[in-house]
Amino acid sequence: MAKQRTEVADIDRSLYDFRYGEEGFERLDAGLTPDIVREISERKNEPAWMLKHRLKSLEIYNKFPDPTWGPGIEGLDMDHIVTYVKPNTDQQATWDEVPDDIKNTFERLGIPEAERSYLAGVGAQYDSELVYHNMQGTAAQMGIVYSGIEEALQEPKWEAMIREKFMTLIPPTDHKFAALHGAVWSGGSFVYVPKGVKLDFPLQSYFRLNAKGAGQFEHTLIIVEDDADLHFIEGCSAPKYNVANLHAGAVELFVGKRAHLRYSTIENWSKNMYNLNTKRARCEEEGEIEWISGSFGSHVGYLYPMSVLVGRKSRSSFTGITFAGAGQNLDTGCKVVLGAPETSASVETKSISKGGGISTFRSSIVATPAAEGSAASVSCQSLMLDDISRSDTIPAMDIRAKNVDIGHEATIGRIGDDKIFYLMSRGISEEEARTMIVNGFANPVSKELPLEYAVEMNNLIKLEMEGAIG
Amino acid sequence: MSQTPLLSVSNLTASVDEKTILHGIDLNVAAGETHVLMGPNGAGKSTMGHVIMGDPVYTVNEGTITFDGQDITELSTDKRSRAGLFLSFQAPVEIPGVPLSSFLRAQIAGRPGLEMKGKEFRRRVKELAAELDMDIAYLNRELGVGFSGGEKKKVEMLQLLLLQPKLAILDETDSGLDVDALGVVSRGMDAYRKATDGSLVIITHNTRILEHLKVDRVHVMVNGRIVREDDASLIPWIDANGFDSFEREAAQAAGGAEAAAQASDETR
Repeated sequence: MAKQRTEVADIDRSLYDFRYGEEGFERLDAGLTPDIVREISERKNEPAWMLKHRLKSLEIYNKFPDPTWGPGIEGLDMDHIVTYVKPNTDQQATWDEVPDDIKNTFERLGIPEAERSYLAGVGAQYDSELVYHNMQGTAAQMGIVYSGIEEALQEPKWEAMIREKFMTLIPPTDHKFAALHGAVWSGGSFVYVPKGVKLDFPLQSYFRLNAKGAGQFEHTLIIVEDDADLHFIEGCSAPKYNVANLHAGAVELFVGKRAHLRYSTIENWSKNMYNLNTKRARCEEEGEIEWISGSFGSHVGYLYPMSVLVGRKSRSSFTGITFAGAGQNLDTGCKVVLGAPETSASVETKSISKGGGISTFRSSIVATPAAEGSAASVSCQSLMLDDISRSDTIPAMDIRAKNVDIGHEATIGRIGDDKIFYLMSRGISEEEARTMIVNGFANPVSKELPLEYAVEMNNLIKLEMEGAIG
Repeated sequence: MSQTPLLSVSNLTASVDEKTILHGIDLNVAAGETHVLMGPNGAGKSTMGHVIMGDPVYTVNEGTITFDGQDITELSTDKRSRAGLFLSFQAPVEIPGVPLSSFLRAQIAGRPGLEMKGKEFRRRVKELAAELDMDIAYLNRELGVGFSGGEKKKVEMLQLLLLQPKLAILDETDSGLDVDALGVVSRGMDAYRKATDGSLVIITHNTRILEHLKVDRVHVMVNGRIVREDDASLIPWIDANGFDSFEREAAQAAGGAEAAAQASDETR
């Protein structure tokens, strides 16, 4: 019992203590250079425009100051990142070097043996090829393209399409880490759903995250054409362990007229990670984007999926949960631009903070002058599990249109002792009672996830809740 | 009452925020007996139920609680439940996002003789729901959320019947106000009585809930003290006369004690 109670804290500590062996790493003192970027591009055998894009992004990156708002990022280990993005670097450490707590966590989350080494970052190959290929095959029969974005770039047909869209929603000028992403991005998914095609099972990136370096600077590009329908699931609940402590991925989603895209994510980065991920969707007339987002793990997180509603009557909904434990400062939320008449958006978030963790909800709703007749509602509920944790709500609204209906509500609360007593009076232990209440609080998010992911998320909460007492 | 009582509260003094609510309470309940704890508003009746169940809001300053041969004064609430104690709440809480069925399953998990497989559990709950005239659709609803007073009572009674405790304390202080709730509680008590030989402690200030019930002992509580103990004949008497006389006596006794205290102060 005593061991369990300290488990979460232990994961944290040992992550900081964890060191890969020196061999296999070149020590680079200089920052990112054009040469490194050229090397990355060459290695990937990319078209010339992509190299140009990378170099331009690098230039922008080197000029960008660090953000002056949000959680501090002083702990970012940029030297390691340079090491990481450099091709030919052999990432392989051995399973023996992975901290026991991480191994235990895999066990407790029920991650299959074969996947653990991949998730721990010590085995680049996890044998999911079969699942991936089956999924890809079924999708292909419907005319859907589902592949790695680097592979897609090698096909002239898809290359043209990628070139037209790539980093147009998230330009390198957007922020420092978008620029970094533009320079060093590697891996990620490409999905193309043609007009009118509706896929009735979700595509899951989990099964193709086996490229070396994937999941660090990955780029996801999804195009859902008019009248088409897709559910895409990114990530998994196991803590992903990486040698470099920065994650700066980018997700660009294009939703056509009357099309529908649901984008679900559960992220659980190891607790040394700076998660500076950028996600954006653009919706045409009557198109709909649904974000389902679970943010766990990482040391610092900035994450605000954004919907740009450019078509009349297009819609966005965001359902998210953030869990900030000891040593974590997670700044999450959602941004919406109501950029056409009669658009609508809903943002519903839950945040949990515990053990001194800081959870900040930040949202931005912008109604442009074109947004007449639009509506948006923002709701944020925070739960603080002790006196040392912190929860903030920073909603911003910029309304420049007439006849719009925008609402915001926020509540911050604690678990009432009366609730704990009630549950305990029916024979439920204190820890179980707290976990039950927190899982109930998270339920609006988990019920939107496919069953196996919902179960994983509940397990994850259970794991995070251990040691919440005493 | 010859054998050791199932529940024995001895000289129990309890407080909240430094304010003493219960003053030296003694209460013995034997297996299979039905006791009634009565008294005016604010007498400390609900506190009594909560302290016996181990509500951490209250501090036990003195005295002991023994249940089924075990001193439970320091035992955590969940363990008291697992030892066979039950407290139904006057106002059960709401837990958003937790379906009633999950809550019920968590209660019986790991209880010898009560843990059931999915199918068996559903059948059992269906039976009990029928007995209480409760819609089975409740099971998928979030615990307590949007439930009416009567519905909440049904859920409490359902748990009483599912857990079959050795002793159940039913805090029905305000149930008398709602005819529906009253009916639900009566039905629940009947079913509990039929199904088990467990004991009941009914907390109320309204005697209507006690009709059709064979009561063994009645305890009257005023200002945190038990001021009177008698058999069931006390119920119609209270029905006719209320608690006024008990309150007057208590006030006089307190006044007397104060006067005595004053006197002893003066002699010092």
